[in-house]
Amino acid sequence: MSRARSFFYRHRIEFAVLGVFFALIAVFAIANPKVFLNYRAYTAVFTTLGASIILVTSNVFIVASGELDLSFPSVIGLSAMVFAMLARAGISPVLALFASLVTGAFCGYVNGMLVTKVGLSSLVSTLGMNFLLRGLIMIITGGLAIPLTFMLESTIAKVFAGTIGVFPVQLLWGLGFALIGWLLFTRHKFGGHVCYTGDNITSAREMGIRVDRVKIWTFMLMGFSAGFVGVLVTLLNNTFWPTTGDGYLLLILAAVFLGGTPTWGGIGTIWGAVIGAFILGFIETGIIASGLTGFYTQFFYGVILILALISHRYVGLKKK
Amino acid sequence: MTANESAGNAQYIMKASGVCKKFGFVQALKNVSFEVGPNEIVGLIGDNGAGKSTLIKTLTGVHQADSGELYWKGTQLTNYSVHAARDMGIVTVFQDRALSEQHSIWRNIFMGKELTGWGGFLRVKKQKEETQRMMREMMGFTSSFMTPDTPVGNMSGGERQGVAICRALYFEADLIILDEPTGGLSLSETRKVLKFVRSIKESGKSCIFISHNMYHVYPVADRIIVLDRGEIVDAFVKGQIDIETLEARLLEIAGTSDIDLKVPVGSKAIARE
Ligand SMILES: Nc1ncnc2c1ncn2[C@@H]1O[C@H](COP(=O)(O)OP(=O)(O)OP(=O)(O)O)[C@@H](O)[C@H]1O
Ligand SMILES: [Mg+2]
Repeated sequence: MSRARSFFYRHRIEFAVLGVFFALIAVFAIANPKVFLNYRAYTAVFTTLGASIILVTSNVFIVASGELDLSFPSVIGLSAMVFAMLARAGISPVLALFASLVTGAFCGYVNGMLVTKVGLSSLVSTLGMNFLLRGLIMIITGGLAIPLTFMLESTIAKVFAGTIGVFPVQLLWGLGFALIGWLLFTRHKFGGHVCYTGDNITSAREMGIRVDRVKIWTFMLMGFSAGFVGVLVTLLNNTFWPTTGDGYLLLILAAVFLGGTPTWGGIGTIWGAVIGAFILGFIETGIIASGLTGFYTQFFYGVILILALISHRYVGLKKK
Repeated sequence: MTANESAGNAQYIMKASGVCKKFGFVQALKNVSFEVGPNEIVGLIGDNGAGKSTLIKTLTGVHQADSGELYWKGTQLTNYSVHAARDMGIVTVFQDRALSEQHSIWRNIFMGKELTGWGGFLRVKKQKEETQRMMREMMGFTSSFMTPDTPVGNMSGGERQGVAICRALYFEADLIILDEPTGGLSLSETRKVLKFVRSIKESGKSCIFISHNMYHVYPVADRIIVLDRGEIVDAFVKGQIDIETLEARLLEIAGTSDIDLKVPVGSKAIARE
């Protein structure tokens, strides 16, 4: 096999997802060329895409390790709350950011311990954690928002929620995070260990991989990213809402699976998931731009998700 | 038991003493004491479910013993793990082959012992080159469809076994443990494995060799240990016993010697009984 063909073959899933993406863009562009070929249509999408890219990246690690984390929406909320409360108390925003990251990673640590040491199913225990943490946020804040309008012109807001020209910086943070995630996933031994653990945990253990430790680190990575996203969305909105993070769960998981990471663990693709996030991000804009009402959005999410899964089967992604 | 005792006086590289292991109500290992001498090939035999795999998984840190001690070259092992075992210089071909089926051959070869450069990043190119070399020189793969990038899940049972064995060969080790390495292999592949066990002996290293097939174990082992329902019931230095007697003895231990009279075990063995 030639090098190019072998490269194409090894990345056939990513190419299939990319194909879906371009097909989607083409459909929207044909439906309403004026709006869709205008760069402003994209900046709207790009503003919120950064956070999604960060979340899909960590979720690929989780799913590839053979687990699920349904608690990240509430971890986003909790970390955002920590950030907002500290910032409002006059603590340096950098310190508040740090506290938020630590909060996220700590939640991940607890999730990891529950799964590996207590032996709970991650599906159920993280679902429980999602309720628990959201409840905690409600109890602490009394369900009230924390306005951060005083940070509007701060350096930290510019660095994490500003724009460069028309380009939102959060997209750069997201792509940077995905790049590091990809290096870690495919070029570092940690990513290898995550995949071997998810592929066959007995084999991984027999080959000397400390599978519990690998899983705990994976959950901590997820928590860390959720903490970072908590800060990003809070700075973007200039307000902490007690519902921060809600609504991400299904969309992010959809992007991961749409992007070609299979549900059974062992393998995954970061760039596939990133394209998945782009696809879901574009659907909403595309639908409005092509003159349909917002009611169509969820319908198209579903159509695209199922079409994408069919395309994965077609290129040969199936459990052995 | 004389063989076991005489070897016990010599120095050993690995020793287990009084090891017990229970799975629920199953007592898989009952007070097993066992050692491997330097440059010694130990054959470990016994019926299905005798506890052979459990014993070697305890020796390699996959299972933690409920009680008993493990020693490596004179020091007792505490906080023992597979990772520690691999670092000390024990490599193992497990009965289940311990492969990651969705991953490529090169990934599997270096699984858990990756060649890394700066900061734990993989030396992908080097690992692929080494795999390519191994496939050519050791596995004898000539098919052009099989590259280091081929997923192990696409390979035949024997080929997978080849990957597991080559992986064990690649890493420098003082003790090589082979759990049923010849099971399911063709005649020529079996010969390769037996030749490999001999080369272990020649290079001055030690080996524990598990097999159901006496004709595979007997010619290469220095000492043969028989495990039955979690206990060591017999140990022979090879010169002490010939293969027919050994086979008859095994059937006797299993309590099936009368049934198996119909099977052509070798008339000499039966006559001796
Ligand atoms: N992980 C486990 N959980 C529960 N029971 C186990 C486990 N591993 C082994 N056993 C039990 O321990 C006993 C010994 O099993 P083991 O695999 O050591 O036998 P073996 O001698 O290797 O047999 P075979 O020749 O068939 O490979 C069996 O009764 C088995 O059911
Ligand atoms: Mg066995």
